[in-house]
Amino acid sequence: MIAWDPNMEMMPEPELKKMQFKLLKTLVYRLYSFSNFYHERMDTHGVHPDDITSLEDLRRLPFMYKTDLRDGYPDKIFTADQEELVRYHVSSGTTGKPTVVGYTKHDLETWTESLARALTSCGLGRGDVVQVSYGYGLFTGGLGLHYGAERIGASVVPTSVGNTERQIELMQDLRVTAICCTPSYLMHIGEAAKKMGVSIKNDTHLRAAVLGAEPWSEQMRLRIEEEMGIKAYNIYGTSELSGPMFCECTEQNGIHMWSDICLVEILDPETDEPVKEGEKGEMVVTILQKEALPIIRYRTGDITSMDTSPCSCGRTHPRIARLSGRVDDMLIIRGINVFPSQVEHALLGIPAVSGHFMIEVGRIGALDTMLVRVELNPEAFSDKINDLIAIRSMVAHTLKNALNVSVDVEIAEPGSLPRFEGKAKRVIDRREY
Amino acid sequence: MDPSAYTIKQISVFSENKPGRLMAIAGALEEESINILAFSIAEANGFGVVRALVDKPDAAYKKLNAMGFMVSFTDVIAVRMRDQPGGLFEMAKLLSDAGINIEYSYAYSGRDAAVLILRVDQVENAVKAILFRGGNLMKSEDFMAIS
Repeated sequence: MIAWDPNMEMMPEPELKKMQFKLLKTLVYRLYSFSNFYHERMDTHGVHPDDITSLEDLRRLPFMYKTDLRDGYPDKIFTADQEELVRYHVSSGTTGKPTVVGYTKHDLETWTESLARALTSCGLGRGDVVQVSYGYGLFTGGLGLHYGAERIGASVVPTSVGNTERQIELMQDLRVTAICCTPSYLMHIGEAAKKMGVSIKNDTHLRAAVLGAEPWSEQMRLRIEEEMGIKAYNIYGTSELSGPMFCECTEQNGIHMWSDICLVEILDPETDEPVKEGEKGEMVVTILQKEALPIIRYRTGDITSMDTSPCSCGRTHPRIARLSGRVDDMLIIRGINVFPSQVEHALLGIPAVSGHFMIEVGRIGALDTMLVRVELNPEAFSDKINDLIAIRSMVAHTLKNALNVSVDVEIAEPGSLPRFEGKAKRVIDRREY
Repeated sequence: MDPSAYTIKQISVFSENKPGRLMAIAGALEEESINILAFSIAEANGFGVVRALVDKPDAAYKKLNAMGFMVSFTDVIAVRMRDQPGGLFEMAKLLSDAGINIEYSYAYSGRDAAVLILRVDQVENAVKAILFRGGNLMKSEDFMAIS
């Protein structure tokens, strides 16, 4: 099967837009009438549902932030009564108070359908055996993909996370063809399998992985695909949107964002103006069909770009690129947005330096300066100063091409730059504002 | 004639250009009772390479490497000069006549003679050419003997 819901997934763009406008209008009227939170927000912002006369008028609506959800803990901004709710998920709250997401029956239906389309688009379906190695429980990954995979008729192996050896045994014994988990857990499975003398490539039926819930790179994809002899697909979602919802198709060229479910804007996080198509900015999402916890113009904090041209798979819904960072990490150097992840990505392609780096930002006069400190790999050490200078120039040149900003490069001794456990803090900004 | 008898193992150490790095290197060598016979620092903006001839190159390599320094061995040659006006000229002329190109060089003036240490691109050819023209090359064992 090429598509789960071909009429919807391949609907011509003008019709999709018409549908989006209708859904948006209904949503805004409903919220203005039934939600104190949204009513007050819209009043303060000076916008009334009657002002929404086109899809572009979406921009007149106020933003919604993560803090709104935290402040609403646990269910202050829900727009469905408790007896309508059939499930709760709770985000881990590593960066503050946890947030609670409630789901009506219809919310779960939308979520599951979204994933049924997504999983079908990456070539899965009836006959596949899908191992769901995302955590089951308050986290949305496990249960979300569980029901999505069941919906398309796949046989689900609900392993959740952990007990890796057993996961590998089951993968072999049940002839698992696809796995859903974080990219780092799949790498861990790969290493554990090696220790057990099992080659994922030769000794299992695995042919696909649906990976997400943490940042990963294109290099990591290539490595996983080559080592395991599988296709690795990138999936996107956050608990605020419902959970993992959107995925790449077999073209592996962007994540399809179903237009009947969500409206995606890519904005310059500084000016809040839309960026040009293909340019990077913050993804702002409106979920058009959500009952318990509606989301309008939610600032995801995720940086990506959008491509609205039809995909070669035939689907007409817009695609977003692999996330390239978080707004919180964004630096503005001489007016250009720079993300530490871009630096990391560029350095990964240079064998002479290690993946450890630090960025120091300063200002001389009115001019921003950016210094990237990298560690030389011992194999690249040459006794000749000219060789070392050439390496430094090459790194600077590569970074300039990747960032569109000139940077100074300093070569540091191996092991001298800080190592991070958990979230890395690689930026020192000494500019005064 | 075995040219390898005349090739001397120099240790080269990468160092960031900031206070305390040379102290760390020199301190480590002292701890291992390693004697430094000749020494130079080549610097670029922000970093440098410390080059040294020591009496126990393998021990020096091991120690510095264990401390996390980037260390490598580089083959160099050392040629005695007259420690008098014109000594360097004679040697430079000899190298020029032999068509030997110097990548880098440093010198020390010792009790017995002045010594010019040379990094050249083709060590074996350089050794042969210098000896052929009557140059007074030091052997690697000479450096062990000094201490």
